[in-house]
Amino acid sequence: MSEIKLQVEDLRVQFLNDGRITDAVRNVSFNLGQEKLAIVGESGSGKSTVGRSLLRLHPASAKVTAKQMRFGEIDLLGIPEKAMQQIRGQRISMIMQDPKYSLNPVMRVGEQIAEAYLAHHKASKAEAAERVLDMLEKVRIRDPQRVYQLYPHEVSGGMGQRIMIAMMMIPEPEIIIADEPTSALDVSVRQQVLSVLDDLVGQRNLGLIFISHDLNLVRTFCDRVLVMYAGRVVESIAAADLDHAQHPYTRGLLAALPSIDHRRDRLPVLQRDPAWLTA
Amino acid sequence: MTPNMIEIEKLNLTFGHGPQANHVLRDVSFAVKDGESFGLVGESGSGKTTVLRCLAGQYTHWSGEMRIDGKALEHKLDRARCRHVQMVFQDPYGSLHPRHTVETALTEPMAIHGIGERQERIGSILAKVGLNDSYRFRYPHQLSGGQRQRVAIARALILEPRILLLDEPTSALDVSVQAEILNLLADLRQRDGLTYLLVTHDLGVVAHLCDRVAVMQQGEILETLATSDLAGSSPKNAYTRMLVDASREYSRKQEIPETVLLA
Repeated sequence: MSEIKLQVEDLRVQFLNDGRITDAVRNVSFNLGQEKLAIVGESGSGKSTVGRSLLRLHPASAKVTAKQMRFGEIDLLGIPEKAMQQIRGQRISMIMQDPKYSLNPVMRVGEQIAEAYLAHHKASKAEAAERVLDMLEKVRIRDPQRVYQLYPHEVSGGMGQRIMIAMMMIPEPEIIIADEPTSALDVSVRQQVLSVLDDLVGQRNLGLIFISHDLNLVRTFCDRVLVMYAGRVVESIAAADLDHAQHPYTRGLLAALPSIDHRRDRLPVLQRDPAWLTA
Repeated sequence: MTPNMIEIEKLNLTFGHGPQANHVLRDVSFAVKDGESFGLVGESGSGKTTVLRCLAGQYTHWSGEMRIDGKALEHKLDRARCRHVQMVFQDPYGSLHPRHTVETALTEPMAIHGIGERQERIGSILAKVGLNDSYRFRYPHQLSGGQRQRVAIARALILEPRILLLDEPTSALDVSVQAEILNLLADLRQRDGLTYLLVTHDLGVVAHLCDRVAVMQQGEILETLATSDLAGSSPKNAYTRMLVDASREYSRKQEIPETVLLA
């Protein structure tokens, strides 16, 4: 593997509710280099919480601890909020699931992207606009001049998601965290968005954390997969080897997927083993 | 030969008037046999849910002909149709009343249709969908997503319909829970001889649950084929092939031609 961009060791996230402590993430450790790393699991497994805690986007009721959480030379846990702002968006950025809710509905998309650029770079407005048009072209929007002037409700879901990607890419981050970036999209559009993401990750030597529940997609899109169950990483495996997964949870998930090529009368239902919570 | 349970001929639906008219269904025709499970697939906006809504009586200004069990449907929704045709919605979080217990939700259809022996019916329908009696007095927020979808299925089945319209019944659920619900639906169909019309964008789900499938794009049916033919080389239509490939995996080389998308 190439240089390590992100080092996480023993990450723990707890939520405090009415004096009750819920362990959302427990003892999660991983390194991220220049690669596409997937985090998969069911809803509630803590995969999004991991992504958010890296950028300190968790609610105030959460307590985040770790033995180590380093981004290059920087200790992400120790730095003050001011320094975090320098990293968030500029050096590590995040793509959310649904462009409908993540874009500002009363602002032209071009201006929103320009704002993201100007927040992190000293530049004139005209310069920023030029960068935006350039970026829109990179995410394969055919008529950037026109799209620049549109409002979010005037673009389709797939285009909205490419606009989000443009917005997250324009400050030239080193790491991108994508939280279910394609689950609100149709299959045909999904391929387009993924190939845009794939190209940019390749060209700019980025590290990508791809949070998803879609095992089939992750298997072919990512390099490595972390499988989470109840806040823990139960298995870390190369995406190509997913068929030979060892952990019964991973195997259960794969078996439960209905498939066109391999038809069965009944789908095997996942039998949860209490030992997975501790082992 | 088994008679047709659902027959739809040249179904058209338009929203708006004049130059703004939006033609959302264009001459949709298909037939579903008694006891068959039929799938409708396509992207968002292709009109697949709209077909269900016409059948369920949620849209009444359609033109064309729809027959259920040989009987032509009126534009107005009547009680008899409600007892024959029931729908299960996509989002089990939104489709159950948050302040009604499971029992209240299940009693309501029976009250409307004047059906007696309500307690016994509720008990047996809950057992059928794999919930026990302790769930009877729970509110939706005390149930998991999978359990809610079971309640939604129970609510649809309590009037003993012959047709279930399923609108993406598992797309809000995790794969492990999806497997449970799909198994349940398969069992129910076999036991009660139900006819299913399933709308989904997931070809895996269609292949698992349905015998035949119609592929829709922009309000039209492109082709109808047996789900066992999806995997092979038989899909004739380029758009169908694209859907099949895209559902299998992400592939770098697979650029989708514009002509396929905008056909």
